[in-house]
Amino acid sequence: MIHMTIGEKVWQTVVYVVLIILSLLCVLPFLYVVAVSVTPESEVLRRGIVIIPESFTFLAYKEVFISHGIWQAYKITLFRTIVGTALNVFFTVIAAYPLSKKYLPGRSPFLLFIVFTMMFSGGLIPTYLLIRSLGLLNSPWVLIIPNLISAFNLVIIKGFFEQLPGEIEESARVDGASELQTLWRIILPLSLPVLSTISLFYAVGHWNSYFDAIVYINDSNYMPLQVILRNILLNVATQSADSLANSGAVSTFAVQMATVVVTTVPILIVYPFLQKHFIKGVLLGSVKG
Amino acid sequence: MQAKLAADAIPISKKRKTWIRTIQKHKVMYALLLPALIYFAVFKYIPMAGIMIAFKNYNLALGLWDSPWVGFKNFTDFMNGVYFWDIMKNTIIISLYKLLFGFSAPIVLALLLNEVYSQWFKKIVQTITYLPHFLSWVIVYGIMVALLAPGDGLFNMILKDFGVEPISFLTEPAWGRMLIILSEVWKDIGWGAILYLAALAGIDPSLYEAARMDGASKWRQLWHITLPGIRGVIILMLILKLSHILDAGFDQIFMFANTFNQEKIDIIDTWVYREGLERLKIGLATAVGLFKAVIGFALVLAANKLAKKFDGQIW
Repeated sequence: MIHMTIGEKVWQTVVYVVLIILSLLCVLPFLYVVAVSVTPESEVLRRGIVIIPESFTFLAYKEVFISHGIWQAYKITLFRTIVGTALNVFFTVIAAYPLSKKYLPGRSPFLLFIVFTMMFSGGLIPTYLLIRSLGLLNSPWVLIIPNLISAFNLVIIKGFFEQLPGEIEESARVDGASELQTLWRIILPLSLPVLSTISLFYAVGHWNSYFDAIVYINDSNYMPLQVILRNILLNVATQSADSLANSGAVSTFAVQMATVVVTTVPILIVYPFLQKHFIKGVLLGSVKG
Repeated sequence: MQAKLAADAIPISKKRKTWIRTIQKHKVMYALLLPALIYFAVFKYIPMAGIMIAFKNYNLALGLWDSPWVGFKNFTDFMNGVYFWDIMKNTIIISLYKLLFGFSAPIVLALLLNEVYSQWFKKIVQTITYLPHFLSWVIVYGIMVALLAPGDGLFNMILKDFGVEPISFLTEPAWGRMLIILSEVWKDIGWGAILYLAALAGIDPSLYEAARMDGASKWRQLWHITLPGIRGVIILMLILKLSHILDAGFDQIFMFANTFNQEKIDIIDTWVYREGLERLKIGLATAVGLFKAVIGFALVLAANKLAKKFDGQIW
């Protein structure tokens, strides 16, 4: 279809090479982490740098899973991600629906009330003092309740509801459906793409966040996965990584890397699904909101 | 009609009556909205009221109300502190570097991808370059440890093979900012490109055909068709980024900072965390948080005003 000149062919080759290098830069570091995690200590000592191991061992993983902390942390992270996301989506949707109705008196001030929090906040310390006085410190709910609704996601869903054709809703009302029935039977089924996008935004946020747990939780029983990984990487919990590695067959380093892999795998499993929906989400939420 | 006449007859309570009637008419809608209003009031507006701590000498034992007022003392203490210029400088420098590289890299990636005719190749590259966006900063730091750790890290083992002294990249102040910028670009280059790719897809292909007919080179096409075609999106994104110039990326820097490299990468937010929650200088830390919030707010408003001039407003 397109006839290329020599200059254009050279240009094409350059573009392909640069893109291939870039892709490798994005994926190779992670593959290296995997390689380190399965390389036996003896091979590292013998060969030095191991990029592609000759032999495999899952001892580092065994060590990671023997430690009580990981299972407990997985439980907390799963709780946070599943329960948190469900509550996030529920409360965001029921708030976005009324706000999408132009006829609702008081809509604009309510919207301003919410959008203002995207621009101005009380900051870390007053928020911490509030959480403390609410008695939420050291409770797993502190990972969910203070992040119940994201104003940004709310605005995205509201925008989506607004551009649904109003006639469908009107005909449902004529047929005698109540507001709640209309929302449940008509609006939500039409909104599945944006709802899955928002769910994924929330879920990835829950899975990846670690700072709130560091600030609000001291009890090691309630530490999510990311915090455990952080402690192991920073050797804060020397006891976890080092004592694991004391058996001698695996290095602390391999245990650290195995923990990185264990923390990343769930994201990698849902990634193809994530990727498909998130692109829509970015385009939905970015410019026009 | 009857009710309306009755309301007219008693003018004083008329307003109240219609108010109640409006709520009754839309009671389901208001009920749905109520949890969100309570949530934002409690978790966003109460902390805003807590800002008064910034003007107090806050004492944990005395609490919010009984701690003594000190006026602007916390603010002046902050501005006169030895650390003030350091953390301001770090915050702004890191933000500007991120703006320079983190902002331009996705545009370059999008432009390169736009040159690719093969759809499957384009798709694979995109799929791979988005991936790091979904990893947490803790995991990214873990990957950095794999590559850069002083003993076992890949680069240091390579350096050792060449007889070079190992470099402690993760604790060396000279490397701190570099690692932060590089990891930021690595994490979000593919993600940032999505928007530009969408804008590029909107450019009329016949413009390129015509330019080729006229013998325009690749560079001239880029300059006269492609860049003007996505100028609106670029400007808008730039304005948005400028409004966050004081948000240098808390989660990332909190993960990367340690006592050794802190002097070069400590930003306002990490400083507030340490002074406020670790050293319990609550009034001072709140004042610094407020200082940042106010400047940030002004920047967002200014950015929105600017954005309105270009391609629509932000909200």
